Amino acid sequence: MTAIGIGQAPKRKEDVRFLTGRGRYVSDIKLHNMAAAFFVRSPHAHAKIGAIDSSAALEAEGVVAVFTGADLEAAKVGGLPVGWGITGSDGEPMKEPFYPVLAVGKVRHVGDPVAVVVAETPEQAQAAADLVMVDYEPLTPVVSMLDALKPEAPLVHEDVPQNLCCDWAMGDEAAVEEARQKAAHIARIELVNNRLIGNPMEPRAAIAEYDRARDHYTLYTTSQFPHVVRFLMGGLVLNIPQHKLRVVAPDVGGGFGVKQFHYAEEAALTFIAGKLCRPVKWVSERSEGFVSDRQGRDHVTEAELMLDENGKFLGLWVSTLANMGGYLSTFGPNIPTNLYAPLLSGVYKLPAIFCNVKVVFTNTLPVDAYRGAGRPEATFVLERLVDVAAIETGIDKIEIRRRNMISKEEYPYQTPVVVEYDSGDPMACLDKAIEVADIAGFEARRTEAARRGKYRGLGLSTYVEACGLAPSRLAGQMGARGGLYESATVRVHPTSHVSVMIGTHNHGQGHETTFAQIVSEQLGVPFEDIDIVFGDTDRVQFGMGTYGSRSLVVGGAALSKAGDKVIVKGRKIAAHLLEASFEDIAFEKGEFKVAGTDRAKTFAEIAGAAYVPHDYPLETLEPGLEEQAYYDPINFTYPGGAHFCEVEIDPDSGEIELCAYTAVDDVGTIINPMIVEGQLHGGIVQGIGQALFEHGIYDEETGQLMSGSFMDYCMPRADNLPSITISPQVTACAHTPMGVKGCGECGTIGSPAAVINAVVDALKPLGITHVDMPATPNRLWAIIRNAQSTSIAAE
Amino acid sequence: MTLAFHRPSSIADAAKLLAGAEDGKFLAGGMTLLPTMRQRLADPSDLVDLSSLPGLAMIERTGDGLVIGALTRHADVAGSEVVKAAVPALAALAGRIGDPQVRYRGTIGGSIANNDPAADYPAALLALDATVVTDRREIAADDFFLGTFETALETDEIVTAVRFPIPLAASYEKLRSPASRYALVGVFVARFADGVRVAVTGAGPCVFRSADIEEALASAFEPSALDRISIDASELNSDLHADADYRAHMIMVLTKRAVAAAIAGH
Repeated sequence: MTAIGIGQAPKRKEDVRFLTGRGRYVSDIKLHNMAAAFFVRSPHAHAKIGAIDSSAALEAEGVVAVFTGADLEAAKVGGLPVGWGITGSDGEPMKEPFYPVLAVGKVRHVGDPVAVVVAETPEQAQAAADLVMVDYEPLTPVVSMLDALKPEAPLVHEDVPQNLCCDWAMGDEAAVEEARQKAAHIARIELVNNRLIGNPMEPRAAIAEYDRARDHYTLYTTSQFPHVVRFLMGGLVLNIPQHKLRVVAPDVGGGFGVKQFHYAEEAALTFIAGKLCRPVKWVSERSEGFVSDRQGRDHVTEAELMLDENGKFLGLWVSTLANMGGYLSTFGPNIPTNLYAPLLSGVYKLPAIFCNVKVVFTNTLPVDAYRGAGRPEATFVLERLVDVAAIETGIDKIEIRRRNMISKEEYPYQTPVVVEYDSGDPMACLDKAIEVADIAGFEARRTEAARRGKYRGLGLSTYVEACGLAPSRLAGQMGARGGLYESATVRVHPTSHVSVMIGTHNHGQGHETTFAQIVSEQLGVPFEDIDIVFGDTDRVQFGMGTYGSRSLVVGGAALSKAGDKVIVKGRKIAAHLLEASFEDIAFEKGEFKVAGTDRAKTFAEIAGAAYVPHDYPLETLEPGLEEQAYYDPINFTYPGGAHFCEVEIDPDSGEIELCAYTAVDDVGTIINPMIVEGQLHGGIVQGIGQALFEHGIYDEETGQLMSGSFMDYCMPRADNLPSITISPQVTACAHTPMGVKGCGECGTIGSPAAVINAVVDALKPLGITHVDMPATPNRLWAIIRNAQSTSIAAE
Repeated sequence: MTLAFHRPSSIADAAKLLAGAEDGKFLAGGMTLLPTMRQRLADPSDLVDLSSLPGLAMIERTGDGLVIGALTRHADVAGSEVVKAAVPALAALAGRIGDPQVRYRGTIGGSIANNDPAADYPAALLALDATVVTDRREIAADDFFLGTFETALETDEIVTAVRFPIPLAASYEKLRSPASRYALVGVFVARFADGVRVAVTGAGPCVFRSADIEEALASAFEPSALDRISIDASELNSDLHADADYRAHMIMVLTKRAVAAAIAGH
């Protein structure tokens, strides 16, 4: 029974229940008299809804009720809210069309829910759903963003002209124009950032319950932020007072952003539970998830990098179309704007940046944050452009990066796109990565591969990310409609066991272990004696949840602040018990000591005394040992790093092999190295998935999702991957209490550009300068064949 | 909708149960039928489970060939010393079907009766000039695979075994769909004393042989013999993962690899 503190790597506490099959997920919960819901979803991408005839469904076996958009409209149910408003460069606020819980009047994407069938069993509900007759009048769908912006394009929302939600910009256009005039070289790229479908292991699920006696609702849901669901759904959609609504997110099997939104199903179920006065459960099937979960990425971008004759960057111009899909999701418009443009400076001194983003509606699934959220997209643009510039100017790709990198001495560094980096040492990351990845030996490896008829390529990507979302003041200036602090309560029980109530949510990140290490280090309490409680609005004070690599950075800081308060309180108790002054009590190694003496009380003695206040000076000292803290960061944190990737391509078949991957990431102070390594592995693999495998494809004519199952949507698998080398580089964050920066999204941000840069490097002998993601064998073969036929024609 | 489930213990009973059902299906490994039912794309009235039929899970080396019972699972073919000695390419093919779960459930009889255009076994049967043995007759592989999910089997006809001749050399090469891991293109090359047979799966609506390739390899069994041959893409499949041109090209790439591997293996 020992303290396990910062920097150690205990096995994860939560894995005992996960690995023995004893996790408790939403779909494991069974309530008395519970009914089952099934959502009737639109088979059309764009259609008018005429009459809905539920009569046959209502007569089917086991059916309890059928609800449609009209029922919710009659009950004055509100629309699904957007948590972040953006403003166009013309000063106009974004167009924010009503997002009904169940479609009214029109459906705007395949999978748009139009009705809910409630029955005694899920099978009965599903069977009866086939009997709900919806009279659709199909309309021409708008599928591609380029088409959506044409004057003659059909409108996704009648009140949004040209399907343009917002024409947004950041940076100094005149300064970039000046750089363009001065430039000795301008590197240019056009690229697509492919749409992704998150596919967490556990599909979404929800159960809503209404307690008539207490006039009280409970919603169990697969959410990354139960308090925010309570706030948005109770306050803005269903008009349920916050104290009459409990939201519970128990064990959740992965989120990656997909579960950090308030979804229609949550509101529909809660509404229905109230109407029927019985619990209602819905569990998404995998195929349903493909057409009802929020999706990610989906940009079309043109960009130019201006350089002087020495290869120094003068300016960056970026123009992006960002797809919102059919509706604005909870954070949708914020992702391709405020989480994108501020990252375009990367780890470089880039004196002038201008970024225009046209945020566009189409008849596709709504798009929102997905692991990395805006930052992988920015990194991909910048790091692809730097490679194009390197090829075109003939400067080595490592050298051109060195010439432009911010040096350690230049931190804090103010970029021209809002953010100020507090700390970092990108050169050290790059140097270490060069060594660990044996870049010196690469040419020999390329030659050896060529002997086997393979093209071998080396790709490099540096990156920086803004995470630890977020300083509320800055977020507010950027249009956030809420704060982004975090909260923690440290409850020391009379036995000195500790319960920590924290507002973040653990769905795979290992918080139950990492946070326990922080408390164990700070209070000297045995690691085993600490429990982390989260995911229940009735047990935990208001918190903002887990996303944006924020849990340790913001939640951990709140926890550490609460721990500081516990120590202060403990010193007061110790001062009383030891008959010393408060100022003379020091807390060291789990003991409260009178400075300069051997008189001391253990933490356990103080915890016990806190609850047995027989002779307390009650006018100055309260019983109990429990403290709460809220923490609002003063800045984002800026993890960064350098990734190298090596690939081999068979020019005859387009088949590609990932041969090596090296990541040197600076995530600040590391609490648990094993967990950090796992987070980086997972993030890198998700980035590799985007670069080589994953693609959400819609039919351009019909708006049907073509890659709507795992038969066609390709997730990365173990046999696709090399052994990944992780080698952290630490510079402490200048402003977070423990120097932590966050590590959840690093891998996803650095890896797509590293992989594609390697692919392009492999094909460099053919004169190829860009390959869009995913770089599939068919795509690579076609590119190679075209390049070969072009060069033959040129000869 | 109710589903009647039957588990007969004789082939005759199984055939009778199916013939008497309104919309019955035979169930072998269930690796296609059960997912199809779960997706509500199939809704049979009766399932006639063949798993209790005696003697159909077997592997036997005969005088001039190899016999594999219809209910033999892919994993058993892949691991069989008898198959590895007689036709190693067949064991290797079985060992790369689907994933481990599929290989421990799926059967050779179920696979060929289903005749998925991207399945592996049809290529082996066709290239090896196998004979499909049923409860009532024998059918040459050339006459068995008729079209997409279509075979020469009668509705109530039960495959009992497959009989393979032993080739001098053989090899199977495939390009897997990155997502489903089915063959986007699979090529089985088999060399016999009297000629070469080459069967292609995954690329077209049904497994097929290529006469051009077979003739070229009959005159010289080496990859370079194929240098001047190209495949007409117009009849081939195009989908998200491979267009017809790519499939046509990969047929030649994989055939060359298979020939090289067959030479190296013997």
